[in-house]
Order: sequence, then structure tokens, then C-alpha cells
Amino acid sequence: MDSPFGLLAELTYRCPLACAYCSNPVNMADYTDELTTAEWLRVLAGAADLGVLQFHLSGGEPLLRRDLAEIVAGAHGLGMYTNLVTSALGLSRTKAEELRAAGLDHVQVSVQADDPALSDRIAGTPSFRRKIAAMGLVKELGWPLTVNVVLHRRNIDRVAGVLRLAEDVGADRVELANTQYYGWAWRNRDALLPSRAQLEAAEVVVRAARERLRDRMDVLYVIPDYYSRYPKPCMSGWASRMLTVTPNGDVLPCPAAQSLPLPRASVRERSLDWIWTRSPVMNAYRGTDWMPDPCRTCDRRDVDFGGCRCQAFQLTGDAARTDPVCHLSPDHGLVARAVDAANAGSRAGDPPLIPRPHRAG
Amino acid sequence: MDLATGPRLARHVRLAFDRTRDRPVLLLPETVVVLNGTGAAILRLCDGRRSVEEIVAELGTEYAAVSEDDVRGYLSRLVARRCVEPADG
Repeated sequence: MDSPFGLLAELTYRCPLACAYCSNPVNMADYTDELTTAEWLRVLAGAADLGVLQFHLSGGEPLLRRDLAEIVAGAHGLGMYTNLVTSALGLSRTKAEELRAAGLDHVQVSVQADDPALSDRIAGTPSFRRKIAAMGLVKELGWPLTVNVVLHRRNIDRVAGVLRLAEDVGADRVELANTQYYGWAWRNRDALLPSRAQLEAAEVVVRAARERLRDRMDVLYVIPDYYSRYPKPCMSGWASRMLTVTPNGDVLPCPAAQSLPLPRASVRERSLDWIWTRSPVMNAYRGTDWMPDPCRTCDRRDVDFGGCRCQAFQLTGDAARTDPVCHLSPDHGLVARAVDAANAGSRAGDPPLIPRPHRAG
Repeated sequence: MDLATGPRLARHVRLAFDRTRDRPVLLLPETVVVLNGTGAAILRLCDGRRSVEEIVAELGTEYAAVSEDDVRGYLSRLVARRCVEPADG
């Protein structure tokens, strides 16, 4: 069995933003009993023993955890590379300096668009100017900065402006991530899915920017899997390289897997080592033995691992089916119909976005 | 890209030793690059002050037959992956 390289810590699902594309679970009330500082430090120790080298502090908004610097210091003390994934709301100078002293290695700040009004509208709260200021602070304190923008039907036409913004703030990396339809985002799929023409135009801009910025900035582009022939190699295979711990201590192969009907495994009840090696949730789709046709005999089974179990479950009700994104899947029509709808008719007929109601607590 | 002025690890990259897998690694925001011993020995010397010639000379005290071309090739590949940057770049 492989040992995991990365741990994604979803420290809280509380968040000051209300993005319609949020992939966190819909049932947030199940996650309010958050792990304590001591519990997170115990998780970190277990993760280090398992071989985890990278620690991603995410959420929700991780800055809402008052003990964030303590958790960072714990990971840093274990030699892990620490990565804060944040909206930057709440990243004051004092907080930033505290995190710098705790050993935080890298900061990823989200922004919702390059245009302040549009960004604020998508985020559901005035936030653009604070985000830009926080990006400046990140650079001033000497951190490497990744700017993350989730792309969808309402902002993908502005990708050139988004790249310019990332360049202007001096980002080391920019991550242009097409929306993935999990959690709350699933409710908004039809309002978020871009058209083929939108995607093609954006990809021309991204390719040109990659060439132009080659020496200065990494341009990462997460493809929209609804438009690809083969599924994404989700998580590099189920419970292979990464694990996720949710705010209340559930351990999952990925954050979306909370939606699957699998038995829970909590760090409050079991060691991380037991969960990684022995728990039903981690072993459900490990390797290739679980695969149905057409994956079972496909020569890409070790390339894309059958795609995403959560997407298969969401679209077909059965997590063990081939990801319907794959053109070889017997369920591919489910994806093709959504794509057809996204390419029919005018933008004026788009369904409204339903913002995610969050309690920042 | 000119590496003559002293390569160094990019700001977002950290050289570490992975105890579980018993290998040196480069840690990046979303990636782990597993290194061999020679690669790690080269990168440990990439402090932005030493020139490539100096790195090669120092490696020569530790390893037999260090080729400057090999070291340059190795570093250029890591520059292309943005793991390493030249000091003046």
C-alpha cells in the first residue's frame, strides 16, 4: 500500500464568502463539532508517521480558527510543507506575521474575478479590495503566492483580466480551476457550466499567457472534465497519495467523498494509521479490483483510475460505476445532456446562481 | 537560461528528507519531487552564491567524476520546472 504524501485539513466549514460554486458539503450542521487544537496536533503526528510531507490548511476559511498558527507550527515542527488555502478575509498584518513566525511556507489566495464588482458579487460579500491588499501583504512578507480563481460560466470570459491581475500582484503561480460540481456547486451546475465557445476562447488566452509568462509565473489550468474525452485521474487514485480530514475529524480520500454512503472513520475513534490502512472508507475503491466494465479491461485504468467515484455516485447513484465523464461510460449521456444544455440558447436564459448561505461564526 | 551567476531553489520550493520513503525530496505547494542522492547533493549547494563551477568543484570532493555538463543539464531541467532559479533572474 502507498503512503500518503499530502493531508488536506478542512479546519472549519465556516466561511465569510457565499460562493455559489462552493464544493463543501451541503449539510454543514454535521460539522460544527470541530476538532480541538490538541486533536489536530495528534492528527499531524499520525500523518507524519504515515509519511505525509505536505499539509494543506483549508476549509471553509481556515483563518476563522483562532489556533491556526499553533496548528501551522505543529506541522512545521514535523518538517511538513505548509500551505494555507484562504479567501484572505481576516489576514491582518498581525495574523500574517504570526503565521510567518509559525513557519507557514506558502499562501494561496482566492479571488472570484478581476473586476471588483463582479468578484464581490460572486463571493456574495465585499471582499475584492481586501483580497488584493492581502496578496500584497503575502508578497511583502516574502511568501510565495498562488492566486486561485475558480472559473465558470459567469467569469471565464474574463480569464485574460484574471491573468493580468495575477501578474500585477506578483503571483508566483496562478491556478485557473474550472468548477467541479460537488457539494453546493452541484445545485448550481447548470448555471455554472460554460459553453464550448467560452472554453475554447479561454484556452487560447491561457496558452498564450503560459508562453509569455514562462519565466515568471506558473499558469495552472484545471480542465473542465465535462468537456474531456476521458475522466480526470481523481486524487491520483482512491486513497493513494492524499487524505482529507474534515472539521469534525472524519477521514476521507478526498473532501467530496463525504457524500458517498460509506462507513465513517473518525480520528476521534481510531488512529490515522488504522484508518489509512484498514478502514472500509479508504479501501472501498483502492486499486483496480473494484472496477466495472469498461474500466476493468481498459488500458487507461492505471492512468485515470476510472475517474471520480463521487462524480459517478452523484450522476448515477452508484459510486462503483465508470465516471460518466468518460466517453466510454454507458452513462455518458448524463454528461452529454448537461453539456448540450450549456451550449443551447442564449445566456439570457441562464438559471440564477444560488449563493451558499454561510455562517461566519 | 543562464545559470552562471549561481542557481538557488525557487522561493516556493523546499529541500527535505523523507524519512518514510528514505529519499531526499523537493517539496512544492502541490507536488513532491523525489530526488536521488546526487540530485540532492547538487541542490544542497544551490544557495544563490555558489556558481555552477563552484558547485561542480565541491561535488568533486565528494563524488568521483562529476561532469559539469551533467550538473548544468540537471539544473536546467529543474529551471524549466520552476524548481530552481538563477540568482539574478
